Amino acid sequence: MIDVKNLHKGFGGVQVLKGITTNFHPGKTSLIIGQSGSGKTVFLKSLIGLHTPEEGTISFDGRVSTNFTNEERRQWRQEIGMVFQGSALFDSQTVEENVMFPLKMFKKQSQKEMLERVNFVLDRVNLTNSNKKFPAELSGGMQKRVAIARAIVMNPKYLFCDEPNSGLDPQTAIVIDKLIQEITDEYQITTVINTHDMNSVMEIGEKIVFLKDGRKAWEGSSNEIFKTDNEAVVSFVYSSNLFKKVREAYLNEKNL
Amino acid sequence: MKYLEDIGKYFMMLGQVFKRPQKGRVFYEALIKEIEELGLKSLGIIMFISFFIGGVIALQTALNLENPFIPKSLIGFAAKRSIILEFAPTFCSIILAGKVGSYITSSIGTMRVTEQIDALEVMGINSLNYLVLPKVIATVFFYPFLIALAMILGIFGGWVAGVLSGLFTGADYIEGIQTTFNPYLIRYAIIKTLVFAFLIATVPSFHGYYVKGGSIAVGKASTQSVVWTTVLIVIANYFLTQMLLT
Repeated sequence: MIDVKNLHKGFGGVQVLKGITTNFHPGKTSLIIGQSGSGKTVFLKSLIGLHTPEEGTISFDGRVSTNFTNEERRQWRQEIGMVFQGSALFDSQTVEENVMFPLKMFKKQSQKEMLERVNFVLDRVNLTNSNKKFPAELSGGMQKRVAIARAIVMNPKYLFCDEPNSGLDPQTAIVIDKLIQEITDEYQITTVINTHDMNSVMEIGEKIVFLKDGRKAWEGSSNEIFKTDNEAVVSFVYSSNLFKKVREAYLNEKNL
Repeated sequence: MKYLEDIGKYFMMLGQVFKRPQKGRVFYEALIKEIEELGLKSLGIIMFISFFIGGVIALQTALNLENPFIPKSLIGFAAKRSIILEFAPTFCSIILAGKVGSYITSSIGTMRVTEQIDALEVMGINSLNYLVLPKVIATVFFYPFLIALAMILGIFGGWVAGVLSGLFTGADYIEGIQTTFNPYLIRYAIIKTLVFAFLIATVPSFHGYYVKGGSIAVGKASTQSVVWTTVLIVIANYFLTQMLLT
């Protein structure tokens, strides 16, 4: 479990995160939503240790990340998988090399063992026969799959995804969402996803944290988000007519 | 103030670069790749330029020595000295600063803006060590060979120019290049090359690694890195010459 307590972070005197407290559970897909500039990316980057909090703590199964020794931090890093917004695949490496990279750096395995593992995860993300292709030869959706494969190749305990659906068509976005949810469930990973995509909120949001101006404005599940009367959440999530209608239909169905 | 901050940041970067590689095999693979990218792929341009500049140096020297009392062998001697002392180590390093420097900055800068460096950091990899150390070792190891080749081709270019133009004979030129050979000058040129190679690898890496923004920022950083590497090579050249030759 990831436990965040009173997290503060600022840049050049501007406070971006203003005391966020929340937690994320294993085997559940948790979403962080909010408008642009609400602090989602800074929050996610603080969770993965790319930003150091000014105040507050983040603990991973009871281990406080700010208190890690170098060795503990190195160990903890190997428990993390991250899917970046633009996939962040290494341009100069093939799909196979990209996915194999963490294994080469941290595992003492033979080339054959590593290749078996790479093929297994590529198969798991439904990407076969692309081992020798370079990222530039792949579609956006395929690049995301490779990024997911690279993120899970080390069997992570924690998976973080920064806008995994950005730039994808709705159909591919749903496939990627489902894939992340399946993997989370299958390996009991603690997954945190930063997203703008309301489809993801409806489909896979087992826990949703809504950020506004660097503060947690609301949290709940995808079912609860239909019922909430939190003004900030309603105006953000139901800003489109389509989602307003979906919400009305849901509430009518439940007679709420 | 910004310059002081950057100088401090540059030395802190070097502190991270010069750490033991996390995985020997991965480092070795990266090193071989960098020797190819930064060294072997520069062979063509260095060979081409050295040959022709050597020819021009010999021709210019011949055209400026009109006094019949000055022996023609002096052309070979002067061309050899110019090529060994300045043209090969300094001029070639400035060319490499342009070619290799812009490549290093744009490749590392692109990795920064596309979050590839963040991906390395999240995996627990010392990104500076992984990205920059192989470049430093590759340039420092390979450039002395490149510069030695530039010396040989430059001197050969001078001989070809003389023979083709008829301004001096091949025999005079060879006599000149054999006159008062001082091996210390080669050592001086190699020492300069090692320092310049270090600058060519680290200054552009610094500009690429700390770039902020998008593609325009990467382009600007590339230009800046070439300018700064050239400036630092020229300054280092002055101090090294004063320290080693006076």
